[in-house]
Amino acid sequence: MADTSKLLEIVEKLRAENSAWIMETKNALGEVTVIVPREHIVDVCWVAKTQHGFDMLADLCGADRGVEESPRFEVNYHLFSTKHHQRLRLKVLVEEDEPKVPTVTSVWKTANWHERETFDLLGIVFENHPDLRRILLPSDFDGHALRKDYPLRGFEPYSLT
Amino acid sequence: MTPTVRQTDVLDQPLESQMTISMGPQHPSTHGVLRLELVLDGEMVVKTIPDIGYLHTGMEKLFEYKKYQQGIVITDRMDYLNPLGNNLAYVMAAEKLLQIEIPERAQVIRVMFCELQRIASHMVWLGTHALDIGAMSVFFYCFRQREKILNLIEAASGGRMTPSYFRIGGLMMDLPAGFDNRLNQFMRDFPAAMDEFEILVSGNTLFQSRTKDIGIISPEDAIDWGLTGPCLRGSGVDLDLRKANPYSGYETYDFEIPVEKSCDVWARFRVRMREIYESYKIVRQTQERLKPGPVKADAPKVVLPDRDDMRKHMDSLIHHFLIVAEGFNVPEGEVYHAIEASKGELGVYMKSNGGPKPERVHFRGPSFVNLSALPAMAEGEMIADVVAIIGSLDIVLGEIDR
Repeated sequence: MADTSKLLEIVEKLRAENSAWIMETKNALGEVTVIVPREHIVDVCWVAKTQHGFDMLADLCGADRGVEESPRFEVNYHLFSTKHHQRLRLKVLVEEDEPKVPTVTSVWKTANWHERETFDLLGIVFENHPDLRRILLPSDFDGHALRKDYPLRGFEPYSLT
Repeated sequence: MTPTVRQTDVLDQPLESQMTISMGPQHPSTHGVLRLELVLDGEMVVKTIPDIGYLHTGMEKLFEYKKYQQGIVITDRMDYLNPLGNNLAYVMAAEKLLQIEIPERAQVIRVMFCELQRIASHMVWLGTHALDIGAMSVFFYCFRQREKILNLIEAASGGRMTPSYFRIGGLMMDLPAGFDNRLNQFMRDFPAAMDEFEILVSGNTLFQSRTKDIGIISPEDAIDWGLTGPCLRGSGVDLDLRKANPYSGYETYDFEIPVEKSCDVWARFRVRMREIYESYKIVRQTQERLKPGPVKADAPKVVLPDRDDMRKHMDSLIHHFLIVAEGFNVPEGEVYHAIEASKGELGVYMKSNGGPKPERVHFRGPSFVNLSALPAMAEGEMIADVVAIIGSLDIVLGEIDR
């Protein structure tokens, strides 16, 4: 199991910067997860990138926690440092009736397509995103396919015409 | 903050001198069904808008409806040039959740096949990259070598392109009898083939002039765009997950990470060519380390028992029935496991809610991220060079669209 003490130190530094940034810290299976309030995610990402060396956004993905859950959605940011080779997961919880998260495209350019994919498949809107269009599914597709209440085979046979 | 211009706005107001053309989705140089909307000024590319999704089959949705062991079959179809790499990323994420230890022999065989698959994947890249630029014959020589590797994979797993050889807790089965001889035969012939490619492609001045100083991306930009694998190392960043976050015992092998500093198509070409030699070195080392032993972990509730055991032991039969009929429960949790696939960082985000089916599986495909940086590389280049740049990114649309 990987050593997470350094990551926890970084999380403590983030908390010292602004205690409102961190709601909860989980340390499981050699990975550190930090739950960040929605309104602070851009600030946390920016500080993590500029001061703690997390210069690469390895992955960004959303998940549906279940129709009954509240908050229903989550967005995971997998940060990676090309210098000290460590990974940190930031998590933002999103309510179903207001599925909006500020975009981090201003921090990492690579977030662009990841956020488009999350918007496409889960319907989470990334505010101030420069080009928030569907990416994998056609633009006239109805619904968001990765939501748990979306049936595996779709609502009706999809036709391109 | 400057007001952001939506990419579509540019298309609505073309200037007199500009022209928008659609390249693909059936253009042979786009390596599948990628469509590029190119805004051109004469022959110069002003803007590139990649349009993907033609191969989207909802694999991530499908994972949620399949048991963990059934998901392995889906991963084969993602990056179809590197299926064993996909298998490895997926099974290692599940093993991390289950906290299973894999026996030594299985680890060595995994490394051996991953490196063979990397060579095979790079063979396809080399053949198609050269084909895009106009060197027809390289393709045939490359595919001949690749076919030999696919035959080896078929001998071990039964499938050429869809092996599903790595299973949660080890391997599908041990290597067949006589495998070592077949591998030795390949290893004996391969260096001569590499010499041929070096003469045919690397030494070709036409190829060099088509690739040098084209598609430049600086190291800072490359990291910002999330490039990984040979594309990142072609920009002079020394990062390989096999060294940075070692898995499957890669830290015990002796190999180097090729890095080139010129940041162009030629640099990415050189990185991949040198990587093939390193992979060859690793395969040689795995051959020496291959000692007899089990290839499946000692976890009867997760790993399918041997056929022979099932005939003799009642409990093996029960375990087999339960795994096939009901699956196995995976403890609650979430992991992100990344490996160095042939194209870059292949990450799997897997979330379990305690049942036999995952709650969420997300694949971070290296091709997906590398392609998103194409507009940054292609702007200001000639339209013919866009083809060379796509070739140097080594994309596979099966993984991009998933």
